[in-house]
Amino acid sequence: MPWFSKQKKVKARESTPAAPPPPPAKGEGIWHKCEGCESVVARAELEREWNVCPSCGQHEALPIRRRFELVLDPGSFEELDADLTPQDPLGFVDAKKYRDRLKGTYKNTGLRDAFISGVGSIAGQQVSIGSFAFEFMGGSMGSVVGEKVTRVFDRAFERRLPAIVFSSTGGARMQEGIFSLMQMAKTSAALHRFRAVRKPYVSVMLHPTTGGVAASFAWLGDVVIAEPKALIGFAGPRVIEQTIREKLPPGFQRSEFLLEHGMIDAIVHRHDMRDRLGQLLSLLG
Amino acid sequence: MTKPAHALDFERPLIALESKIAELKELSGGARVDFTDEIQKLEKKAKRLQAEIFSELSPWQTVQLARHPNRPYTLDYLGRLFTDFFELEGDRRFAADRAIVAGFARFDGEPVLVMGHQKGRGTKENMLRNFGMPRPEGYRKARRLFDLAERFRRPVIIFIDTPGAYPGIGAEERGQAEAIATNLEVMSSLSVPSISVVIGEGASGGALGLGVTNRILMLQYAWYNVISPESCSSILYRDSTQGKKSAEALKLTAKDLAGFGITDEIIPEPEGGAHRDHDLAAENVRGAIRRHLAELEKLSPEQLVVDRYKKFRAMGVFTTEE
Repeated sequence: MPWFSKQKKVKARESTPAAPPPPPAKGEGIWHKCEGCESVVARAELEREWNVCPSCGQHEALPIRRRFELVLDPGSFEELDADLTPQDPLGFVDAKKYRDRLKGTYKNTGLRDAFISGVGSIAGQQVSIGSFAFEFMGGSMGSVVGEKVTRVFDRAFERRLPAIVFSSTGGARMQEGIFSLMQMAKTSAALHRFRAVRKPYVSVMLHPTTGGVAASFAWLGDVVIAEPKALIGFAGPRVIEQTIREKLPPGFQRSEFLLEHGMIDAIVHRHDMRDRLGQLLSLLG
Repeated sequence: MTKPAHALDFERPLIALESKIAELKELSGGARVDFTDEIQKLEKKAKRLQAEIFSELSPWQTVQLARHPNRPYTLDYLGRLFTDFFELEGDRRFAADRAIVAGFARFDGEPVLVMGHQKGRGTKENMLRNFGMPRPEGYRKARRLFDLAERFRRPVIIFIDTPGAYPGIGAEERGQAEAIATNLEVMSSLSVPSISVVIGEGASGGALGLGVTNRILMLQYAWYNVISPESCSSILYRDSTQGKKSAEALKLTAKDLAGFGITDEIIPEPEGGAHRDHDLAAENVRGAIRRHLAELEKLSPEQLVVDRYKKFRAMGVFTTEE
C-alpha cells in the first residue's frame, strides 16, 4: 500500500469547479495531505473527522453514503427510488459514448446516477432527504437526478415532511441535452407544489454547486446554508474569466463571499451540520 | 426584396444568383433588351437551389440561421403582432436591464403581458442589449411583471432568444442563479395562460428563466438546449471551435425537440429563413399564438396550473431496473 494517495489535489483557490477527489479507492494511501494547509494526517483520523482537516478545517469531499451518516439518526435512513436508471435519449457521443460512460461510472462508484434519496430522521424528526454524489459524473443533473429530486419534494408533500437536499454539482448534464435543462423546471415546479404543506425546505450547498442546479431548486430553499469555502454560483469561474477577460478576485463565489452579499443565510461547519439542521427543523418544522 | 447585409456561407450561392436576377431586371427596365425568359429561368433555378439548400440543413447551419444578424428579434415581432404596447422597465431592486423587453400590450385586442430577450443590431445597440444576455435585474423585472399578470389575470406571451444569462462578476454578486431559480418557480405557479416562442437561440438557464410556460413553440430554425454548442465543446474538448460537432450531438433543433415531445409546435419560417421576410415570419407566429391561446383560455385557472405542472413533470427519460 502506498504511503500517499496519488489523487489529484484540488486547491480551494483553483478556478475550475472541477472537483473534490473521487472516493477512497484501491491504492488509497494511509496518509493524507490536506488540500488546504498541506499538513499530513492519517487517513483514518481524517475519516473520523468526516474529512475535515484537523489542522486547518478544510472541508474535503465526503463520500455520499457518509453524508447520510453524518446528519441522520443512526439506522434511520431508508433509501428510496434506488432503481431509477439513466438512459441515453440523445445517443450522445463525445470522446466516449454516454452509455459506456454511465456503465464505467457505475462500475467505479457503485452508483446508478448522481443522487441518493429517501427518508430518515434528524433528532427524531422525520425528513424527506436527498444528496448529490459529486463522484458520479461531477454530480451532474440529468433525467434520473431530476426525477429523484422531484420525488424528494413529492414525498415531502404527500407525507407532510420537511425536505432537505445537499447539492454538490457542476450543473445540468450535457449528455442529456434538453431533458437535463427541463429538470430545472420540473424540480422547481414540484418544489412549489410542496410549499403548500408549510413544511421547511433546507438547501445545503456543498463544494461545488453551480449551473443549472444552483439556478433551480438549490437556491430556492426556505433556508439556504453552505459548508465553508464551497464554490457556489451560476457560471463557473473559467467561463466568467473568459467572458470578462480578467482574473477573478480571491474568494470570489465562495460561501463567505455569498454570505457577505446576502445570497445565502448561513455557513455551517460540517461537524455542526446535524445539530444545526435539527435546530432549524424544530424551529420551522 | 432588399439585399441582405449579411450572408451565411451556405446562403452565398443563392444570394449570388439573386443579385444576378436583380441585375437583369434592372437592365430590362431600360427596355432595350428583353431578358424575361432568362429571368424566369434564373428565378426557377434560384427556387430550386433554395429548396435544395434548406431541405438538408445541418444542426450547425440551423444554429447559424438562428443567430443570423438580420433575423427578426423580439421587438420586430412585438411591433407587428401587438398594439398599445406600454413598456415597463423597473425591477425595483437595482437597475433596468435592456436584454429583456417587457410590458403590457394587446394581442388581437386582448390585453396581455408580453416579454422577450432582446438582441441588438450593430455594436451600439448590442452594448445596450448586452447581446441579449440578461443580468439578474432582467429576471427580477420579469418576475415582478409575472406577479402583475397573475393579479390582473393577463395571459403571458414570451419570446425566447438568448445566448445565455450573462456570466459576469456583478451578475454573480447579485444572485444570477437565484434570480433564474425564482422565475422557474413563479412561472410554474401562474394561473393564467402562458406561451413561449423560441424565435432564435434558447441557451440554457438564461432561456428557461423565461420559459416555464403551458405551451412551448419553436420557429423552424430556432434552437433550444441545455448549453450552447460552443460551450459544450469547450467543456468536452477544451476547444470552443468544435461547435459543429456538439451541435449534432446535443440534438437541439426544433425537429429534435418536437420528436422528444418537448415543443408543442414548430412554426414554419418563410422560404430561406425568417430573416428573409420578417412580415411573413410574424404572421406565422401570430397564427400559432392565436390558436394556442384560444385553447388555453378554455381552461380554468386551476386547470392551467395543473396543465403546466403535468407537462414538466413528465419530462425526462429513465427506466427502473432491479
